[in-house]
Amino acid sequence: MITFDGVTKRYADGTVAVDDLSLEVPNGAITVFVGPSGCGKTTSLRMINRMIDPTEGRILLDGKDVTTVDPATLRRGIGYVIQQAGLFPHRRIVDNIATVPFLLGWDKKKARDRAMELLERVGLDPKMARRYPFQLSGGQQQRVGVARALAADPPVLLMDEPFSAVDPIVRTSLQEELLRLQSELHKTIVFVTHDIDEAVKLGDTVAVLRVGGKLAQVAAPADLLSDPADDFVREFLGRDRGIRRLGFVPAKNLALDPAPEGVTPEGHGTFNPARDSLRAALDASLLSPDGLAVAVDDDGRVLGVVGQAALVGAARG
Amino acid sequence: MDEPLVRWDWIARNWDNGGPTSVKVLLENHIVMAFVPVVVGLLIAIPLGLACARYRWLYQPTVGIMNVVYSLPSLALFSILLSVTGLTQTTVIIPLTLFSLAVLIPAVVDGMQSVPDHVRQSAVAMGFQPMRRLTRVELPIAVPVVLAGLRVAAVSSISLVSVGALIGQGGLGYLFIDGWQRQFYTPIVVGIVLVVALALIADLVIIVAQRLLTPWARRRA
Repeated sequence: MITFDGVTKRYADGTVAVDDLSLEVPNGAITVFVGPSGCGKTTSLRMINRMIDPTEGRILLDGKDVTTVDPATLRRGIGYVIQQAGLFPHRRIVDNIATVPFLLGWDKKKARDRAMELLERVGLDPKMARRYPFQLSGGQQQRVGVARALAADPPVLLMDEPFSAVDPIVRTSLQEELLRLQSELHKTIVFVTHDIDEAVKLGDTVAVLRVGGKLAQVAAPADLLSDPADDFVREFLGRDRGIRRLGFVPAKNLALDPAPEGVTPEGHGTFNPARDSLRAALDASLLSPDGLAVAVDDDGRVLGVVGQAALVGAARG
Repeated sequence: MDEPLVRWDWIARNWDNGGPTSVKVLLENHIVMAFVPVVVGLLIAIPLGLACARYRWLYQPTVGIMNVVYSLPSLALFSILLSVTGLTQTTVIIPLTLFSLAVLIPAVVDGMQSVPDHVRQSAVAMGFQPMRRLTRVELPIAVPVVLAGLRVAAVSSISLVSVGALIGQGGLGYLFIDGWQRQFYTPIVVGIVLVVALALIADLVIIVAQRLLTPWARRRA
């Protein structure tokens, strides 16, 4: 657990980057810091691994004030991923990934074996190991960045706008990759972004910060969308909050009607109640000429149908 | 005049005639007086350049001083040094070292600035301590830019040594004075060819070294 206890960062010129931030980052979950530029989200992140030290207040990592720990030692125990990946251009991919194990004095072979394992884990071809960073695409570099952060198996991962510099399709795949990794690894992740959609997609908890470094709201994404604390948060969340919130309501509780004669997945929108959200089910219904969303299982067998009235009822529900 | 531009028999007789002005001896002296300033210059430029990159306020004054030094005629510097170091190679080597600094210090500073900020930041965040970050991350990344400066320094040093002939320590430069005084072109041509060849070889050696040292550098257009 990471605890922010009345943390303020004030610079010599009087600028306040973070203003009296108190917050708990739970273990094994993704906490997203989101807000417009100048809201102090990156500053807050960097105070965790002492890239910046707070002016007032304390940051506790598992109960221990981070400012009492030697910075280099602290940082080797905390994974860090940044926007342009920050790979070392003069080192091969395998050695980039093994950076922290090397710093920790691991045996070379053990460090490289670990790096190869991670290379595959983040979905990259082992053939890339011998390449240099400039030979990789932006998305591949970012995967290497994630692998490097995980190399020494740190319990905590700090991610500073890691997916902001890649195109939307690559970004989506990186986000899904992160969620998949997290479902296996259960790291304590602090993720900074200015993109609210990314925040609600990735966060177990979302902390919205406003300009001047003040915490506006901390909530689970669905709660954030349904109950924004104030106008700032409401405006920051943007339009279509109602629809987007449905993305967090599972479709598995929908009551299905038996499929009428002749209703097949062809020509209808479909959804999978076992894994999809209410939003997907509503979308499926809107795509069907007769308004019926067809529920299918993993093998594509029709389980039943649900009509728009039932969907709207469930959405209110 | 049916005097040929190059008299091969002169070259054959004077290449290695055992005297202090045989072409071979002059060439060797030339190499020493050109090479030492660049190596010494690099050894001085690295710490000074690092200091300038670290403490920005040092940079402008340092470059200013170096540019003033660079603008001094080499002959003037030789004359001043004559009273201290006499008619020795040192009298040539010291000014050339100063000249090479004028090129190499900015090269080291530019090299350090060529390290992308996100790379430096991530090195800090991975837990590199400052010294290790410098030697393992920043300096290696600065190498291509420093070597580009080294090419300029090496070539200009090779060409500048010749001026030392005016105080009797000019390596191949002696051939120019000799040829001019005697209105005899062969030594001049030999001197030019060897100086140019030396410059090309030095440049090539550095280019090859760069290829070997920095296989990671993006191939430049």
